[in-house]
Formats: sequence, structure tokens, C-alpha cells
Amino acid sequence: MSILVNKNSKVVVQGITGSEGTFHATQMIEYGTNIVAGVTPGKGGQTALESKVPVFNSVEDSIKETGANVSIIFVPPPFAADAIIEASEAGIELVVCITEGVPVHDMVKAKRIIDQNKTRLVGPNCPGLITVDECKLGIMPGFICKKGNIGVLSKSGTLTYEAIGQLVNVGLGQTTAIGIGGDPIIGTTMIDALKLFEEDPETHGVVLIGEIGGQMENDSARWIKENMSKPVVGFIAGQTAPPGRRMGHAGAIVSGGDDTAEAKMRIMTECGITVCESVADIGEKMKAALKN
Amino acid sequence: MKIHEYQGKDIFKSYGIPIQDGYVIEDINDALPTIEKVQKEFKTEAVVVKAQIHAGGRGKGGGVKYSPTTEVALENVKEMLGMNLVTHQTGEDGQKVRKVYITQALDIKKEFYCAITLDRSQIKDVFMVSSEGGVEIEKVAEETPEKIIKVWIDPLVGMKSFHAMKLANGLGLTGEAYKTALKVFIKMYKCYMGTDASIVEINPLILTETEEIVALDAKFNFDGNAMFRHKDIAELRDTNEEDPTELEASKYDLNYIKLDGNVGCMVNGAGLAMATMDIIKLAGGEPANFLDVGGAASAETVKNGFKIILSDPHVKAILINIFGGIVRCDRVANGVIKAVEELGLKVPVVVRLEGTNAKEAKNILSLSGLDIIPANDMKDAAQKVVNAAINN
Repeated sequence: MSILVNKNSKVVVQGITGSEGTFHATQMIEYGTNIVAGVTPGKGGQTALESKVPVFNSVEDSIKETGANVSIIFVPPPFAADAIIEASEAGIELVVCITEGVPVHDMVKAKRIIDQNKTRLVGPNCPGLITVDECKLGIMPGFICKKGNIGVLSKSGTLTYEAIGQLVNVGLGQTTAIGIGGDPIIGTTMIDALKLFEEDPETHGVVLIGEIGGQMENDSARWIKENMSKPVVGFIAGQTAPPGRRMGHAGAIVSGGDDTAEAKMRIMTECGITVCESVADIGEKMKAALKN
Repeated sequence: MKIHEYQGKDIFKSYGIPIQDGYVIEDINDALPTIEKVQKEFKTEAVVVKAQIHAGGRGKGGGVKYSPTTEVALENVKEMLGMNLVTHQTGEDGQKVRKVYITQALDIKKEFYCAITLDRSQIKDVFMVSSEGGVEIEKVAEETPEKIIKVWIDPLVGMKSFHAMKLANGLGLTGEAYKTALKVFIKMYKCYMGTDASIVEINPLILTETEEIVALDAKFNFDGNAMFRHKDIAELRDTNEEDPTELEASKYDLNYIKLDGNVGCMVNGAGLAMATMDIIKLAGGEPANFLDVGGAASAETVKNGFKIILSDPHVKAILINIFGGIVRCDRVANGVIKAVEELGLKVPVVVRLEGTNAKEAKNILSLSGLDIIPANDMKDAAQKVVNAAINN
């Protein structure tokens, strides 16, 4: 078991003929992901990745021909929100949008549509997710993961890798690692992902990595206190970030109301989460938390 | 992306939002003719002289001056042009005033606050108004939150008259002013949507003695990611208002923010970059910057990163922290060596490389003969770079 994706997921790659799409689709297939189709408007009927993957003009066509039920998006920012809406309207169950730099106004509208259609979206501006040894849906380096019982949930890409690296070093493998992205509007929230980890019998504990800006970590902490039976180890990046400055991610900005690292760490601690003051402690703290 | 008040007012004008109008000058020689032009065109002896900088709090800092006569106006312009205006948003050094906006003076009966922004938790736009205009809205929110009236707008539906009515009623407006306010609010929302703004704020929006509704200020912040479809707005960017080093970094596609410490850092990924700053602090040091080199840490990026970090004279040591996913650590290592050789670095460099080809990378660094301090993990790296900064 795992969350969201497994070896049976049938994946369509939107933007498969672009350089990013081609590179990462190749990497995903190498990891074992079942990529059944690609979509590039105007290139329907062609093939991609050395004739291995059929290309369609639309997501709808790709579903008809291949039964794809999961989509991953590598299209440029001006068209990414459209691609999300297209996948959702076509009936895709899970959409992962890797694209960075999607205009916020576009995302607000896309988010309201996918919520109406009950489509699950991960991202945008995220590294995607990986169910260890089964399915990689995104740009994470698969080789750093090891199969095991920890769920990893994060707003950041390389910080997720850091956490995975530390877990492996202390002998802990992962079920699924998911990067939800650091944009102001994202599809799958921390609580959404926590629910899935809580329901997954193979996941025994969760590493939760947040950052400054927004209320998601605080909402998650309160949800964890009420609903989560599994140990959670948390880290918040940006303890030294100056207020009012956007720290790389569009959503990572301290603008008041308990959105500082300090406030989030305090609220998480109050809610019973093991909070790491130092990023270097994530692995050890998870190991200790599992023993309790 | 931010713009100046006079530019914001031009945008308001194009959406039919009534503004306190005027002309902007950069040259003191234009002062008198411009003052006279404003007086004549708007039929007023009194004018207002307003410093154009991006930071807020101009009024309190002496950047907005009511000028009852031509002589006073001229004096105020002279004083303001070229001054370093210090407000609560500029920091101690202040911001140099390069442009001054000379506007008509209006008789104010009431001052309101209004703003539109995104409510991340509701996934809707929120339109806020308050009868407490002209003061800091944060203060109102804290002390008298009941004086802020809010409506949430689904962008798929748009702003409806009932939204506008709730706002206008909340401000206690009646008669013609009420009707005008409804129109102004709807236009403001159109403007927010049409410009891909992340915030549109008018503080104050005023009711004049003659019952007119007028925007006395215009504050915008735009979504930089949407500027590809707003070339006209992108052109309004005033790079004089930005930190020169951050501007230089953006030319290399590097995400850099200067801080006050002496430990420089170069990291791939925003989250890891923040965590690196944090662990430097925990190790007893102070980070000199935030620097995310992004997904492609090539030799060129590393070199440019060094240049940017070293333009800050306070930097005593540098930490490079790369977790290679798609990025190959051996390539980063070669990049570091090349950059160190080319730039002849005088400060100690601690390097921590993890992930793809990390082992090869460590070999490359140790065989290079260069004075690069290798680190095994983040804790080790932070301790080593802080010690190096102290000893340098």
C-alpha cells in the first residue's frame, strides 16, 4: 500500500514533446512508472520517447485510447492552468503539475474548477510524488529512496530529498514521498495528504516539512491533534527569513498572523508534533518518535 | 512587482476610477511650470506634493505635503526631490526620491480604506473596506476589527452588485456617493482581475465635500509570473527602487536576498536554502544571504553565485549546499573548482554535496588541491562554515 499512485496507475504526460517533458518522462519510465500516453496539441498521431509512447492532441483522446487515469503536466506556465482544467474536465482522477511560475489568478480559477469536479491535484510548482519502487510521478531522484514505512510530505523539493536522505541514513524507508509545492494556491493541501497517510496501513509515521507563509502548517497541526494516530515529525524552514520578503517560493512570505517559522513551530509543538529546530535532526527524531 | 502611485493612478484612470490627478516631475526645473499647470487645469491654488517611492508610510516620513500656495509648493518640491525618505518600510537608510508627483488638493469629508487581495484559505478574492481610512490598516485590524467589512468573491463568478452594496453600506454611504461607490468598487475589482494584481489598495479613498468619491492613493502589487501578458505594466518597473545586488542576481536567474550576517550561502532549492540559513544561525553564525541557484547548478551558475555573494563585503565564509537530484554533484564540484580558480577566492569555502554522484564529487574536490573544505552533512557544514567565518 501507499498513497495516490502505485504500479497500476496509467499515466499520461501533458507536454511530453517538450524538453522537460521528454527528459522526465524517460526518467519516470526507467523508474517503472506506467506511462501510457503523451499529449501535445497538434502532434496527435505521432509518438514520443523513441516510439515508445503514443502522442494525442487532447487528454480526452488519450483516455479513450489508453484508459489513462493519472496525468502529469510539464507545459509552460502560461498554459499550465489550462492543462490542469483540461485534464480535470476529461475525467482524470489525479493530476500532478510540475510547472513553476503559474500565474496566481489562473490557479485560483483552476482550483475552483477541479474542486467542483472532485479531481485531485498535486502542485503546481512541486517535485511531484514517488511511491517507492512502484511509481514515480515527477522529478524526484528515485534512487535516494528506500522502501519502508514513513510518509514524507513537504512544500519544498530539495528539502524533501534532504529528509529522505536522513531517513535512509537512520535505516528508515518510505512509503510515499509527496511534494505539494510552495505556491499560494495548491491542489493537495497538507491536511489532504495527512489524511491519506493516516488511512494507509503501511505508513507508520510522517515527516511534515513546511515553511514560512500562509496557515497550512497551523491548520495541519490542529488537524493532527484531533485526528492523527501516527507520530509526526515536523520542520519549518525560514526561521531566519526577514518579514515581508518572498523567499523563493511564491507563498513563502511572512506577512503577519502566525505565519512565521517561530509561530508555526510553537503551534505544532502545542499540538503534539515532534518539531525539529534543526533540519539535521529530522531522521533521528523520526526514529525516536517511532519507538515511543 | 510594485509600481509608483502616479503609475497606479494612470491604471485606475484607464478603468474609469476617479483619482486625485496630477503630473510627475524628475527635474527641479520642471517644478514651477508643472505646479502652475496643475493649478490651472484643476482650478486650485493649493496642490499636494507627493514623493514617489515604492515604500509605504510616505505621509508620516514627510513625503506628502499639502501646499496652499505656489511658493510653498515650490519649496516642498525642492526639499523632496533627491531627499532620502525614511519610512517604517524603507529601513534606516531610507529611499532616494527621484520623482515627485504634484496633484490637485481636494476637500476631504471622509477617508476610507479599501483593498482587494487573494484569501489563500478561502480560495477566493477578498474585498475589504473600512471607515478608518488614511491610517495603517494593520492597526485597525488589531484594535477594531469590526470596522473592517469584507466580502469574498469567487473569481469564476465575479463581483456582483450585492457585494458592492455590502461594502458601500458598511461605509455608511448614502445618496449619490453610495451609487458612485458601487461603480468604483466594481471597477476596482475589474482592475484587480485585468492586471493580474496580487493586491490593489486605495488608502485613502475619500468622500469630498461635494460628495464625490476619489482615490487619493493607488497601491499595486502584481504577480511577476503573469507579466508575460501585461507588457505595458512590466514596462512600469522602476529598477531604481530595487536592491542593486538583487537586481544583478535576477539577471543571472538567481534568486538572491541580502541579509545582515557574514556567512554567505549558495543552495539549490528555496526550502533547502532557507533551512541552510537557519542551521547557520543554529551553529552560532549569521547568514549573509538567501540564494537559490535553482534546478540547474552549472559551472556558470556557481560562478555567478560566487560573484553575487562576494559583492557583499561583509561575507567572511561561504557554504555551498547542493542536494543533487537531477543535478549531478560531480558537475557541481567541477563548477566550484572552475569558479574558485577563476575568481581567486579569498574567503574559505565549505562544500556539502549530496545525492547524484556525490561520491565522485568528493573525490574531485579532494584531488583539486584547492583550499575547499568538504563537509559530510548539513550540521557538519554549518559548524565548519561558522568556524571558518570566525577565524577569517
